[in-house]
Amino acid sequence: MGVEGIGARVLRKEDKRFITGKGRYTDDHNVQGQHYAVFVRSPHAYAKIKKINIKNAMKMPGIVGIFDGKQLTGDGIGNIICGWMVHSKDGSPMNMGAWSALATEYVRYVGDAVAVVVGETLAQAQAAAEAVDVDYKVLKGVVSAEEAMASGAPQLHPEAANNIIFDWEIGDEAATDAAFESAANVVEIDIRNNRLVPNPMEPRAALAQYDAAEDHFTLHTTSQNPHVARLVLSAFYQVAPENKLRVIAPDVGGGFGAKIYIYPEEIVCLWAAKKAGVEAIKWTADRGEAFLTDAHGRDHVSKARMAFDANNKIVGLKVETLANLGAYMSLFSSSVPTYLYATLLSGQYNIPNIHANVKTVYTNTVPVDAYRGAGRPEATYLVERMMTTAARQLGIDPAELRRTNFVREFPHQTPVIMCYDAGDFDASLDAAMKASDYANFGKRKAKSEKKGMMRGIGMSCYIEACGIAPSAAVGSLGAGVGLWESAEVRVNPVGTVEVLTGSHSHGQGHETTFAQLVSDRFGLPSENIQIVHGDTDKVQFGMGTYGSRSGAVGMSAIEKALDKVEAKAKKIAAHMLEAAEGDIEIKDGEVSVKGTDKKLGWHEVCLGAYTGHNLPEGMEPGLKEGAFYDPTNFTFPAGCYICEVEIDPNTGVTSIEQFVAADDFGKIINPMIVEGQVHGGLAQGIGQALMENATYDADGQLLAASYMDYQMPRAADLPNFQVSTTETLCPGNPLGIKGCGEAGAIGSPPAVINAITDALGHNELAMPATPQNVWAAVQAGGMKDAAE
Amino acid sequence: MYETNYTRAKDAADAAKKSKAADDAAYLSGGMTLLPTMKQRLAAPSDLIDLTHIKGMNAITVSRKQVTIGATATHAEVATNAKLMKVCPSLSSLAAHIGDPHVRNRGTIGGSIANNDPAADYPSAMIALDATIVTNKRKLKAEKFFVGLFETALKEDEFVKEISFTAPKSGAYAKFPNPASRYAMAGVFVAHHGGTKAKPEIRVGITGASQDGVYRAKDMEKALAANFAPEALDGCTVDEGNMLSDIHGSAAYRANLVKVMAKRAVAAAG
Repeated sequence: MGVEGIGARVLRKEDKRFITGKGRYTDDHNVQGQHYAVFVRSPHAYAKIKKINIKNAMKMPGIVGIFDGKQLTGDGIGNIICGWMVHSKDGSPMNMGAWSALATEYVRYVGDAVAVVVGETLAQAQAAAEAVDVDYKVLKGVVSAEEAMASGAPQLHPEAANNIIFDWEIGDEAATDAAFESAANVVEIDIRNNRLVPNPMEPRAALAQYDAAEDHFTLHTTSQNPHVARLVLSAFYQVAPENKLRVIAPDVGGGFGAKIYIYPEEIVCLWAAKKAGVEAIKWTADRGEAFLTDAHGRDHVSKARMAFDANNKIVGLKVETLANLGAYMSLFSSSVPTYLYATLLSGQYNIPNIHANVKTVYTNTVPVDAYRGAGRPEATYLVERMMTTAARQLGIDPAELRRTNFVREFPHQTPVIMCYDAGDFDASLDAAMKASDYANFGKRKAKSEKKGMMRGIGMSCYIEACGIAPSAAVGSLGAGVGLWESAEVRVNPVGTVEVLTGSHSHGQGHETTFAQLVSDRFGLPSENIQIVHGDTDKVQFGMGTYGSRSGAVGMSAIEKALDKVEAKAKKIAAHMLEAAEGDIEIKDGEVSVKGTDKKLGWHEVCLGAYTGHNLPEGMEPGLKEGAFYDPTNFTFPAGCYICEVEIDPNTGVTSIEQFVAADDFGKIINPMIVEGQVHGGLAQGIGQALMENATYDADGQLLAASYMDYQMPRAADLPNFQVSTTETLCPGNPLGIKGCGEAGAIGSPPAVINAITDALGHNELAMPATPQNVWAAVQAGGMKDAAE
Repeated sequence: MYETNYTRAKDAADAAKKSKAADDAAYLSGGMTLLPTMKQRLAAPSDLIDLTHIKGMNAITVSRKQVTIGATATHAEVATNAKLMKVCPSLSSLAAHIGDPHVRNRGTIGGSIANNDPAADYPSAMIALDATIVTNKRKLKAEKFFVGLFETALKEDEFVKEISFTAPKSGAYAKFPNPASRYAMAGVFVAHHGGTKAKPEIRVGITGASQDGVYRAKDMEKALAANFAPEALDGCTVDEGNMLSDIHGSAAYRANLVKVMAKRAVAAAG
């Protein structure tokens, strides 16, 4: 390891411990006096709890406590909150029902926690949990959003009439309607965005410790944002005041959004540790619990209409979306289908008029919240399916229709809040078409047809919003928190550096990329730099990692703190070298006076800061600076993805023959890590497009509740991705970064489905395009041909 | 997992004795289905009697065309046995595509057929190869052995010791794996046993698709006896009424897969 700054393909520093099995995840932490929690969960989608009989279970060996929801609320533990207020179009606030961490009167989804059993060993707690006898009155529930709104549907929460949480709109409806009236062509699509299970490799876990002498709690947990967890556990759930609660998110094995939220289990473990009078309680989800309780993603049903003038310029877009939020409102559930979704409906295009109406509803399913992309994949899927469908109906090439409508002048104010600051959409489209040899697709198609196979090509030109977000702006839209980030740079007396960040790494490689900023700034080898995150006792505050914000926001905070450190170091060096501050240069680990041979080692300046023997008049000793960075705008990563598929019409199996990604992420700190993020995102997007589907039966049982039925993408399902980048710098932050964590998952599903529908020759295909669905679509196409 | 007693059987007689003595025993022969089921607390045998340490019960012997495979031979052993590969490559190839390397190195042929999972691969081969299943008590033909979903003719305390068959002239197995679990959604084993020119002997075993578990497709056998070629199956219909239907495949889709896989197996058998 040497000095490797911005733009270097530095190998990930954290991988040594991860790939040698030395990572320290929550479940790897064990403490003295540790007990185990097992949750008694509802087997029914909707039921009234008549009675919970714990008599036999309490007598079983090793059991120290069994607690239910009435005890929890009785002790003043607050209901689970939704952190973003959304108002319906009539001005009324969202109709939010109560969610207690343990159900009190009703259970509303299969997996809803009813009681917690605390035992000395896991086996004892499991045995006793089975012996807890819950008497339910089973009620008829409702699974799909459409059914939930139907008259006569079961009502899940008294607060939400017809199960509607809010009926929200964005854009000018009258102007959009007027644009449709004068349109030359109107294209319509009906689409469904399938529900997904997030499936991070590490399941959720909590280790709650209670120190009775100090009345102090420590929680190790699988969190993407430990400070927010502490704030919410303290301020809203009343577990303990913030100064009496330390939250540590150690190594975390993937999150994809699902580990943003503060779930019932963490709350209950903290509360139950004190209540049961034990030193610590551990809970680790098994994979089945992960399927049944991690917040799901997506689940939209939409109708969209796009209007074009005679020159194929878009004049309007109307969208109606129904979003299934599950049984309860999770932390960011209200923002995902609104401000993270409908604000991206302009895509990469000049669309003068947009109107979207979004209704969200309760159903007897797992709560739905942000999952890699969060709203933006749903918007991109709608816009990019629409663009390709429109091109086919208008009889022009899909690339041509996109070019006809690209935004080319920046800043560009869309009719749906977002103001795009920079981009070059032609550049990424050109790059992707060239890399995919788009021009010769016809030859490849003919070759496939000769073998009896079908072949199709599809594209997707996505834009998304990252770097969430300017605090005042999101505050005005209903967010309960500001979305800035903090950093502290501590230079040690020997010149090594610790960076404390409010961002949280759970697979993103921050220990490497964040260190590259410091290397770049002072010319220090990366082994001299340590990144510290994930502990509320070490880092003062932070908003955590999600929404591809840690580059654009987290690194900007570090950059600001580095500015302050550099300025102070220069002042000290100027004093020590008896030179003007403006002549001091820090490079390659040396601090020198420009144009002279006068210099000091970086470590000498740092030591000088700490000895305090020879500092400028009035200067405080030490070299440690903090900064808070609040972004000025969202950032707008964009790009073009092209997918080419071959379909076996006999079985419906789709093989991805090539996948090309041309992304514009602004400034790239570590190209290798960025490529890794794109690869992972593409795998998840292709998983959504071809495989993954959280299918429920009519009774609300999750049918795809294990890997026996829920198909995850495997290496053999994926081609060798061809990824490349083009660059327009983001003008909104000091580094010019846009963000890359979600783009792959956002941009890829429509490229895949556009390719399959191209091969099929018709649009009658539901996502995911499983072999069965594609085979049925091939059959339907054949019958249609025969009828014509 | 509930608590259970684990014991190793020394020999066949010891296994049966241990089984008789226990409250509710289960034989363990790899445990690739049984152990996950127990871990999910869906099965709770009082005793597990491990058969895999019985000496010689994993032997694979090939004498000319006569094949005997011990019940505790792992899928990996079946897949890589050089003599078997020579006389019956279709079965080696089937074994090589069961599950993943972990499963192939623990799971056994005896365990698989005794479990008779409707989506397991081996049962179709047993039917098509007209195999004889040898238990600790008797011998019976594969067609009599497989009774229904997860059901065999095995009685209390009885277990599979070995299977034997005469290698076919040619054969092949084609399977369509469930996209999630990789178990067969339709697996077709076609074996050409020679016979006479006027009366060729063809056997077809089908797994993964039917509500009744593995079955023999006599109509396909008849069509293939007339013309051993994929197109000979064009005239056969697979009854949707008997097919399984779930989130991965409707009955119609499975019926289609059975035919497509049967054709592929015939093409591969040559």
